[in-house]
Amino acid sequence: MAAVRSVKKLYGVGLRAIRQNTALRGTTLLQQRSFRVGRALGQQTFDTSAEKPQFPGASAEFIDHLEFIQPNVISGIPVYRVMDRQGQIINPSEDPQLPKETVLNFYQKMTLLNTMDRILYESQRQGRISFYMTNYGEEGTHIGSAAALDPADLVFGQYREAGVLMYRGFPLDMFMAQCYANADDLGKGRQMPVHYGSKDLNFVTISSPLATQIPQAAGAAYAVKRENTNRVVICYFGEGAASEGDAHAGFNFSTTLECPLIFFCRNNGYAISTPTNEQYRGDGIAARGPGYGLMSIRVDGNDVFAVYNATKEARRRAVAENQPFLIEAMTYRIGHHSTSDDSSAYRSVDEVNYWDKQDHPISRLRHYMTARGWWDEDEERAWRKQSRKLVMVAFEKAERRLKPHPDLMFTDVYDEMTPEIVKQKEAMWRHVQQYKEHYPLDLYEK
Amino acid sequence: MAASRLFWRTSGVKSSLTGLTGGVHSSLGLTLLKLYPDCTAKPKTQRRHAAHFTFHPDPVTTQYGPTQKMNLFQSVTSALDNTLASDPTAVIFGEDVAFGGVFRCTVGLRDKYGKDRVFNTPLCEQGIVGFGIGAAVAGATAIAEIQFADYIYPAFDQIVNEAAKYRYRSGNMFDCGKLTIRSPWGCVGHGSLYHSQSPEAFFAHCPGIKIVVPRGPVQAKGLLLSCIDDQNPCIFFEPKILYRAAVEQVPTEAYHIPLSQAEVLQEGSDLTLVAWGTQVHVMREVAAMAQEKLGVSCELIDLQTILPWDKETVCKSVVKTGRLLVSHEAPVTGGFAAEISSTVQVRSRSHESEIDQGLLPECVLCRRSVSSTWRLPSVGFVGMIRPSRTSLSPSTSQISGSASRPSSA
Repeated sequence: MAAVRSVKKLYGVGLRAIRQNTALRGTTLLQQRSFRVGRALGQQTFDTSAEKPQFPGASAEFIDHLEFIQPNVISGIPVYRVMDRQGQIINPSEDPQLPKETVLNFYQKMTLLNTMDRILYESQRQGRISFYMTNYGEEGTHIGSAAALDPADLVFGQYREAGVLMYRGFPLDMFMAQCYANADDLGKGRQMPVHYGSKDLNFVTISSPLATQIPQAAGAAYAVKRENTNRVVICYFGEGAASEGDAHAGFNFSTTLECPLIFFCRNNGYAISTPTNEQYRGDGIAARGPGYGLMSIRVDGNDVFAVYNATKEARRRAVAENQPFLIEAMTYRIGHHSTSDDSSAYRSVDEVNYWDKQDHPISRLRHYMTARGWWDEDEERAWRKQSRKLVMVAFEKAERRLKPHPDLMFTDVYDEMTPEIVKQKEAMWRHVQQYKEHYPLDLYEK
Repeated sequence: MAASRLFWRTSGVKSSLTGLTGGVHSSLGLTLLKLYPDCTAKPKTQRRHAAHFTFHPDPVTTQYGPTQKMNLFQSVTSALDNTLASDPTAVIFGEDVAFGGVFRCTVGLRDKYGKDRVFNTPLCEQGIVGFGIGAAVAGATAIAEIQFADYIYPAFDQIVNEAAKYRYRSGNMFDCGKLTIRSPWGCVGHGSLYHSQSPEAFFAHCPGIKIVVPRGPVQAKGLLLSCIDDQNPCIFFEPKILYRAAVEQVPTEAYHIPLSQAEVLQEGSDLTLVAWGTQVHVMREVAAMAQEKLGVSCELIDLQTILPWDKETVCKSVVKTGRLLVSHEAPVTGGFAAEISSTVQVRSRSHESEIDQGLLPECVLCRRSVSSTWRLPSVGFVGMIRPSRTSLSPSTSQISGSASRPSSA
């Protein structure tokens, strides 16, 4: 509460500062100049008669007294939401009024993801898979944004966006296959669990280094723009990854090169154990956008309709205007960072419980649905049972599958195996044949 | 004296750059010059030493169609021109490429093909390569320029962790094979620490990318076109000292010189010389001097592709000659000569080869092992032969004098 008050105070200070500045200049308004790619040399005409700065680097007015801009002059970029924490629509004109089937689909995808998370987390604890990352608390950011996109739109993710894939129809079998690194894995068993990818669903394979996807998304969006197919690219990342240099690079490139791109930042409060006040001192990620010339918004990430509305509008304008948009979805990471993390070491159970019980995207949507008579206790019970069964069937199948053929360790380094790699493969097989009692070849495809 | 020298030099530069408003500065310089009558118009101490090596052009080739006289940067422009003409998805980007590039490699291309295809990016190498990767993933032929190879390191993560591994980690669902990174490379004489580097060894340790270094304009165009067409991300290092100095008759149409094929430029029987880029021309001179002064017949190989490198050609040559000398500009320790020499050692099943260091500050040569019953190739590598002087160690007389050479393995 104190935080909210001080934020409001800073906001007020900022507004006063702006008003003071404009008062000094009388009726002159701040000019906005848009820079276009390919602005030819010598287009700037020098008008030395007017008392205006002529610098090519910035358009502004002169000011004759010394005043530093307070960092939070735009502090507390407000959080856009459609539902309150009890799932009630606040402003009816913002209700996207999606049909019942669509909303039920949202709910079922979020809960199916939640169920899969529970089972796979447990399976890591039992030593069946090596590693896992849950999505608890962030399901709204995945489903709301994925639903606002076209299936042809290209997705670059970080690692906590499994719901986007699930929404697009990635089968449970394939999620499991990747986590188990079995012979069904589209990635051929090469990566750690949760590094999903799908060419058919236009979801670029996840990589572990953070934020590397951000400038890549800008490049992809540029190529997509040149294709003229009205596609957009969306790039997900966390508030921690936004500290990387690659994030700065991606933001800057996307605006200067006019890319149809949506930057979607999941601000979930923690980067492993690092809370946001150790990650940045400014007003989150959304406040950085204007610095790059980016259209920016902050939304309630636990409100699936707010996420949906913002993404939908950003998509429409990104395609129409060839400019990038930044959406900062505020949410909370209810689970641990991964199976290698125990978050009780750095945050209280009370804090986690608040978000789990009082402000969860799944329960807020459920309230919305039950209020309309679209869902009830019986259906909830039936769906829980069914979704658990679906996950278990896929799980058991993945457990039984063999691992990929060992030759697949050597393919795809280049488009074609080089002579050197062929030699290394042959050396590997000679070794394995010689010492086969030490190698569990039965677990691998022949 | 030093102060006046400084003013003499800078006033000279300024008067050429600022024709309109340089008056104040050049007159100050001239005034100072007059105050120090010892400064003559052409003082001996103020001449810059030019790099000493001679570019040896390739013989004119007729196999690729009509040719035109081009230097190295023009041959690069020609390759890019061919690419933009034939591939509508191709785009070229980097710092300052729009006006033609700081080395003039992209002159005229923006006017010819449009500002959406040849464009400047912000000053950010990790962004340039990341952007290039993304464009390639989305299906565009992406040709990124890093202004100097010395500045490629911010992009190291994108190159090694992302570009090189894109195909492998995605199970071949995604790849950035359409990415080519071009960058000026190597000593130019005055470049000092940060305009002279040859970073190929850092990248040679990274499977999944290809690294190519041409020795002249004809090779540059053919190899660059091969890199662009290759379905793997490629780094193409362009020896900057050759941009203007290297002139050859270069085919105007598109043609391809295959990657991962080393070229034997000169056959010989006593010693295999391996080099790439600028050093190939230094080694030509070395070969000529060795023949004339020591009666040593050298086989000269231009490696051309550093990764994946043509082990067969090099090993076959060393089997014939029994001796290997690799020359590169980069530092000795962990330099690519270390990879070549260790491979050759392993392949030849040698056990007793001595490496003798420190005969000259820049040269490391190997003496042959004692016993003549062992079939041992000698291996040496030169960390740095500076273009301004080339010299052979006095110990080469031991090499030419020694009795036996290995028969072919």
